[in-house]
This record gives sequence, C-alpha cells and structure tokens, in this order.
Amino acid sequence: MSDWETVIGLEIHAQLATRSKIFSGASTAFGAPPNTQACAVDLGLPGVLPVLNREAVNMALRFGVAIEAEIAESSVFARKNYFYPDLPKGYQISQFELPIVGPGHVYITLDDGERKEIGITRAHLEEDAGKSMHDLFPEQSGIDLNRAGTPLLEIVSEPDMRSAQEAVAYARKIHSLVRYLEICDGNMQEGSFRCDANVSVRRRGESELGTRTELKNINSFRFLERAINFEIERQVDLIEDGGRVVQETRLYDAERDETRSMRSKEEANDYRYFPDPDLLPVAITADDLERTRASLPELPEQKKQRYIDELGLSDYNAELLTASRDTALFFEAALAAAPGQCAPLANWILGDLGGALNKAGLEINASPISPEALAQLVERIADDTISGKIAKEVFEAMWQGEGGADEIIEARGLRQITDSGAIETIIDAVIEANPEQVEQFRAGKEKVLGFFVGQVMKQTQGKANPGQVNALLRDKLK
Amino acid sequence: MARSLTQIRADLDAGRYSSVEISQEYLDLIERHNPALNCFISITPELALKQARAADERIAAGDAGPLTGIPLAHKDLFCTDGVRTSCASAMLDNFIAPYDATVVERLRDAGTVMLGKTNMDEFAMGSSNENSHYGSVTNPWDSTRVPGGSSGGSAAAVAAGLTPAATGTDTGGSIRQPAALCGVTGIKPTYGRVSRYGMIAYASSLDQGGPFARSAADCALLLQAMAGFDSRDSTSAEQAVPDFGAGLEGGIAGRKIGLPREYFAEGLDYRVAAVIDEAIAELRKLGAEIVDVSLPNTALAIPVYYVIAMAECSSNLSRFDGVRFGHRCEDPVDLEDLYKRSRAEGFGAEVQRRIMIGTYALSAGYYDAYYLKAQQLRRMIKDDFQQVFAQVDFILGPTTPEVAFKIGAKTDDPVSMYLQDIYTISLNLAGLPGMSLPAGFVDGLPVGMQLIGNYFDETGLLRVAHAYQQQSDWHLREPGLVT
Repeated sequence: MSDWETVIGLEIHAQLATRSKIFSGASTAFGAPPNTQACAVDLGLPGVLPVLNREAVNMALRFGVAIEAEIAESSVFARKNYFYPDLPKGYQISQFELPIVGPGHVYITLDDGERKEIGITRAHLEEDAGKSMHDLFPEQSGIDLNRAGTPLLEIVSEPDMRSAQEAVAYARKIHSLVRYLEICDGNMQEGSFRCDANVSVRRRGESELGTRTELKNINSFRFLERAINFEIERQVDLIEDGGRVVQETRLYDAERDETRSMRSKEEANDYRYFPDPDLLPVAITADDLERTRASLPELPEQKKQRYIDELGLSDYNAELLTASRDTALFFEAALAAAPGQCAPLANWILGDLGGALNKAGLEINASPISPEALAQLVERIADDTISGKIAKEVFEAMWQGEGGADEIIEARGLRQITDSGAIETIIDAVIEANPEQVEQFRAGKEKVLGFFVGQVMKQTQGKANPGQVNALLRDKLK
Repeated sequence: MARSLTQIRADLDAGRYSSVEISQEYLDLIERHNPALNCFISITPELALKQARAADERIAAGDAGPLTGIPLAHKDLFCTDGVRTSCASAMLDNFIAPYDATVVERLRDAGTVMLGKTNMDEFAMGSSNENSHYGSVTNPWDSTRVPGGSSGGSAAAVAAGLTPAATGTDTGGSIRQPAALCGVTGIKPTYGRVSRYGMIAYASSLDQGGPFARSAADCALLLQAMAGFDSRDSTSAEQAVPDFGAGLEGGIAGRKIGLPREYFAEGLDYRVAAVIDEAIAELRKLGAEIVDVSLPNTALAIPVYYVIAMAECSSNLSRFDGVRFGHRCEDPVDLEDLYKRSRAEGFGAEVQRRIMIGTYALSAGYYDAYYLKAQQLRRMIKDDFQQVFAQVDFILGPTTPEVAFKIGAKTDDPVSMYLQDIYTISLNLAGLPGMSLPAGFVDGLPVGMQLIGNYFDETGLLRVAHAYQQQSDWHLREPGLVT
C-alpha cells in the first residue's frame, strides 16, 4: 500500500442559514410538510423570475474573507441545464466561470500535531434542488420542492489531501468554520452540510493524477473516513489486478461499508452552462469587504492562538476547546465567571463535562450545567471549600439537576474539613488502631502512607483536606 | 368608426355610455367575428363585466383614472390569475395561471377591463401567427394573408375593431411587425422599461412587453400604466417613468432623423420603399432634418439574434416537462418517456426546431463558436446604434421588407420567415425602444414605418409618431370588416 499515493479533494455543499431562499421569499425552515414552502418562483411556474437574496451573498463573503480568498468584484450566475423532476426549471442557477469566492486556504492539524495548509480552489453560490422520494408511493416517485431554491455555498478544495484522516480533518475544519461564521448550522443528518469526496490513486513518484471517482451519500465524518478508505483499497486492488479505474460517481452504502457505482444517465450530461440572463452580475465593492471583515467574529485560528498566548493553555487543549465555537464560547463564559481558572476550567470542560455530554449524546449547548455553574464549582476547589475528589461528587449531583455547587455542598455537608485539631484527633485514632502499619512506615515503606490517608478519609467521609492530612500524618508518624 | 381610448374616456366621463355597455359591445363583436379572424384564444365575458361594473362605480364616484373602464385584450403570453394562459401551445392548453403578470396587474389596477386572451405564435416563436395550436389568425385587411407575429392576435383584434387596445410582446419584432402588417400602432419599449414578471419567457435578454392601439396617443396612455421598475424582475430598470402623454405635443422641428442605408437596400419591396419615402417627405415638412446614416452590422443581426434567442429559449422551455403543470402524456412508462412524449406532444414544430437549435448552440464544443461569438457581435451591433445616435435623435425605416404575405407562403421555408424580421431584430439585441406606425398602403395592404429611439426615449418616439399622425390619417383607416 505504501507504493501508492492517494489524492483527495472534497466538494462541500453548505446550506446557508438565510431565512428565505436564494432567489425567492419562501421560507427555508426545515421539517415543513411537503410542498408547503415552495412559492411560484421555486416551482418554476411559467413567467416567474429569480430575485437575489443579498444575505446569501453576505454569507458567502464572510466565508471568503475567513479563508483569506480572492473575492470577485463581479461574479456571474450561470444556468446549469439538465432534466430531473426535483429541478423544476430544468436548470439550476449556479455559478460557473466567475464564482464569487476565488482561491483561499485553511489549515488543518494532523494526528501527529503537524500543521498542513489545504487550498480551496473556489466557493460559489447556487440554489438547491428539491427532494425525490422513491419509497413512499408504489411505482411512483414523490417530489418535495420545499428544499428547492435553498441557498448553497459549494466549497471546492484543491486535491491537497493525501489520506482519509486529512480529508476528515479538513471537513471538520470547514464544518467548524461555517458554524463560527454563523452561515450554516452544519447538520449533516439533515443535509445542511454535505461532503462529496473525489478520490484517485497513483504510484508513488508519479506526477500525473490517476482517474478519480466521486463519492456521494456520506452523511457523517466517520462514514467519510470509511468511504474514502474503502475506495482507496478498491482502486488499488483494481489497478493491481490489471484493471482501470472508471471515472464515475459512486454512492457510499453505510450498512455494507462499500461504495457502489451510480451508473445513471446523469453521467453523460453536458450542462450547457451560460450566464443567466434573468440576473445581474453580483457587484462587490471595497466597502462591502470592509464591512464584512469588521463583522467577523474571532475565528478559530485566532482564538486558539489567543488561548495559548494570553491564557497559557497548551496547544492541545487550545485546539480542542476552539474546534467547536459552542465549546469555546462555553469556556469563555465560564472563564468570565471565574477569572484566573483557565487551566482547571479547560480540564473540567474537556474531561468530566465532555465525557458526560458524550455519554448522554448531548451538545454542549444542551448541557444541564451552565458555564457559570461550572465556574462556581471550580472556584470552590480553588478556595479549598472542597477537594478535587469531592468536586466530582458535586459535579454528578449538579448534572442530575440537584442545584448549584454551593447548594449541594451545603445540603450534603461536603465541606472540607480543614480544622487541624479535628484532623489530628482522627489521625491519632487511626495510628493507635494500626500499629503494624506504623512500624512498616517507620521501617521505610513509604507506600503505607497511602493506607493511613485512606483510613483518615474513610473516617471523614472523604472530607478531610488531603494536603493537611498528608502533612499531619507525616508529622505524627515520625 | 373605431374608437380611440381618448374618445372612450371622454364618453365614459360624460356618461354617454357605461363601461359595462361598451365592454358588452366589444364582447358581442368578438363573438360575431372571432370565428373568422381567430384573434382570441380565450374570451372572458364574466370577468370583463365584473371589472366593468367596478369601473363604473369608480367613474360615478368621480374617481376615474385615464384608463378606468377601458376594455382591452392581453396576449396569451401574459399570466392572468384564474384564466387560461396558453401561449398558443398544446403544452399549456390546461394551464390556469395562479397569478397575474405585473403588466396585467398594473393595467387592472388602472381600471381596464379584460375582454380575453389573444392568439399568437406558439411561445412567441414566429412572424406570421401560423404557428398556433389554436389555428392561424387572419389579417383583417385580407383573410388570405397573415397578420404577422408573434402578437398576431392582438394586432388583428385592434385592427378589426374588436378591442380598442391590446398588449403584446416583442423579442425580435413581434409587436412592430404585426402592427405594420395590420395597420395599427405598436411600441416595444426599452429593455427593462416594462416588467417581465409573469410574461412567459421566450428569450430573456430580448423580450419586452408593450401596447397596441390605433394611435401614438393611445399607446402613450397604455405604456404609462405598464411601465416602471418592478422588484420582482431583476432586469427591470430603476428609471423614472416620465409623463408620456405630456410629452406628445411639441412637434419635431429641428429633430434629426437618420435613415440607415442598410434599411433601404436590396430585399425591400420597391412599393413599400415608395410609401416610406412619402412618409419621410411628410416628416421633413414637419421640420425634421433627415440625415443619411449607416448601421454596418445590420446583416449580422439575424444570425446573432437567432443564436441568442434560440439558446435562451431552449433553456427557458425546459420547465415544460409534464411534471408539475401543463400537458403530460398518458401512461408514461418511465421518466424519460414522460419527458419525451409530453414535450413532443406539447410543443409544435417551430418550437421544437428552436429548442433543438438552441441546445446545439450551447452544447460543449459549440458554445464558444456560437453563443459566445453571438454575444460579442451583439456588442458591435449595439455600438453601431450608439455611433448613429451621436449624430441623430431617431432612426427611421420600413418596419418590414414587404406587406402581409399569403398564409402558407413561407411555412416551408423557415429562413425566409426569419428574414421578415430584418429591420426589427437589431434593436432587440441593442435593447433600444422602437415603434411601428401606419404609413400608407400597397395594394390595399398596410405599410408600417419604424422609428427607433435611444435608450428610454419612448417620449421622443411617441412625439414623432404623434406629430406624423396629426398630419396623416393612415392610422385611422379601417378594414371595414366589422360592424
């Protein structure tokens, strides 16, 4: 396999989060009954005309600026002509020769921590088609045009990726970016973020690209990785057996974990692109760009760097915290409530909270523990009200909805015991009850200290301040 | 004697008759004479009388505008809410439009009364109104001859006195050419002046809607209501609409009118040329200065037009696929069968021809040689006009190379049919406004002269036409067909 090099490019269709469609005023809200959100323009009725939704342009600009791309001063909408029942006009309004966003780039972090630049060839605006349902009616297909006319930003990468992992890292990066920019909700299950992969192989050292296939019907990052890996293996096996890769579109079957040829007539399409005479070219001025730049939120790259430089977080933690905008904002809100607790908050969010969320299948926005509540918990550890260990118990209770940290500490009597007198009394009792272990310790067995600590903790239901216990024990065992 | 809009307005305001009465009169005429002329595809008496009653109330309340209560007909290319909109095609025989075109909405809001939808060449593709699913329209001046196209029904209806006004559309001459062949006045405004929303598209970068009537003054009234920016049409011009009526008077003394030598060359019937020469003399008498000019790329206009128009229409007509509305074939066996049979059955021969040629012109390997090239040449044609308008205010010539030809004379020779548009086609490519008005007769058949203006100078065109019409009566002649 290492004789072979893989070349991967991704085409991502991100549904833009405008309230209405790209060329009509109909709503883009997900989940409405079929054909209730398709107006005359979306239906392609005789005589209707498209009118551009400027918000879609603004969102495309935000993306273009965020990837440091060249932005076209004037871009043109073109008709992509083909026949299919979910394409009412018999053509899709897209962009061809003059897209709104030109070449740009993003950076991905590989598993070994290395940073790699992935080029983006272009990003353009187009309208989505409707949905075809082939299983709802016997011997007929149902067409739902609610989706027809929803704005899409098609993001085309350079064929810069060399493995499925790199492809997934890139896809995640774009996913994170569009959510940061608030231009797309990134919901792959609902189809608002679609990844198609172009995969080809070539022998190491060859400069020419192999024939590529296009993989579709991938609706999670896990499937993206699997589909690409399956396809790489399939192509290598095919070529090694003397065959040739056919340029085609293949669908990923998640159940069988394989790709299958689509073999549809659509393959042979000549789209006969020409500029749409119903729409004017999109003009972008220097002012538009300035305003867009000024309106951008802090982007993941900048945020990560700030976490490292100003908050002293590790590269690893900063990367994880900024991967998702929601996580970063949660962290920042908690930090605002407990300034100075960067590292502990990072650990709690990435550790205990992250784990609990994963287990419950929740997004951080649905966390039962608010950033402020978590901040309070961390402060109570910092001010010695409770120990780190007890904090885990408190966290559990908070997760179950028993209230805030202070309430739970009070209700369950979990305050740390810091009164040296009280601890000493218990230590004396424990020492007296375990003469053998005292001998062992005095003989040089350090590990036995743990036994004594354990006993003291048992006596205090874990509430004794561990630091004090340790210090006082050593003192008394001398 | 056919009434002008100005006359009807005066009569309505004076209470000489009501809108209901005058509309009923036209409806009766249509019922009697449409079978022979075939200018109407749909007649809408109930709707008309309902609108007429509403108009009469406004008139009684002293609330009438210039067009309140005036009957008219719409070319069956304009979507009319609740009324069949067929584009003279089997494909849309069953299509009841669910909304009004902007043009229809504005004329309705101005108080007009819709008598019905007029016949046309299918999907606006033709120059003789012989390409209609509902049969040809005959010329009211000679029933063995064509009225012109594609707005043949509208032109013939106005000429025959079945309606005092009608709307049409013009992509390569489809208002001007039938106006000329039927002896009525018609204007194609500047591209962008009239909204295309609801005007079923043939060639999007060329189509414009405009009025037919018996005079420039009447056309001014109609254009006033039709024109103006529409946010539903992205190609609609944000140009203020002047008061066209106020601009009519004032004469044309000192105005420069150019005569392109290419419009008076071979191919022009010498008798038509003679009629135009007399009209030119008349304009000289009115004070206009006549200048010889040249539009060197005139000959290119026809191939350039047809490549562009056919390419655009091949895409515009893709939506007629039997899926959501319109004709669907019976018992389709699969998707491809559904498409192929529905479209083969729904579209007439000329429409199919243009779709195929347009598809070819846009296809891989040919796009650069045909479509792209045509758009580049289009700029040259546009520049020709701009050079001439630096020297003159208007351009004048014959609207058509010959008078109305016999039905069937050109149906076997599509190219010969296309050449009918030689004088009209260029200005669609350039987006300029143009008018045709009656200038005389040859063997009892009307001759039209064409005036071309610079961008958004419909006012100028109407003024020249009006000045001419004050000194001549060609526009008042009637075929005497209808009583």
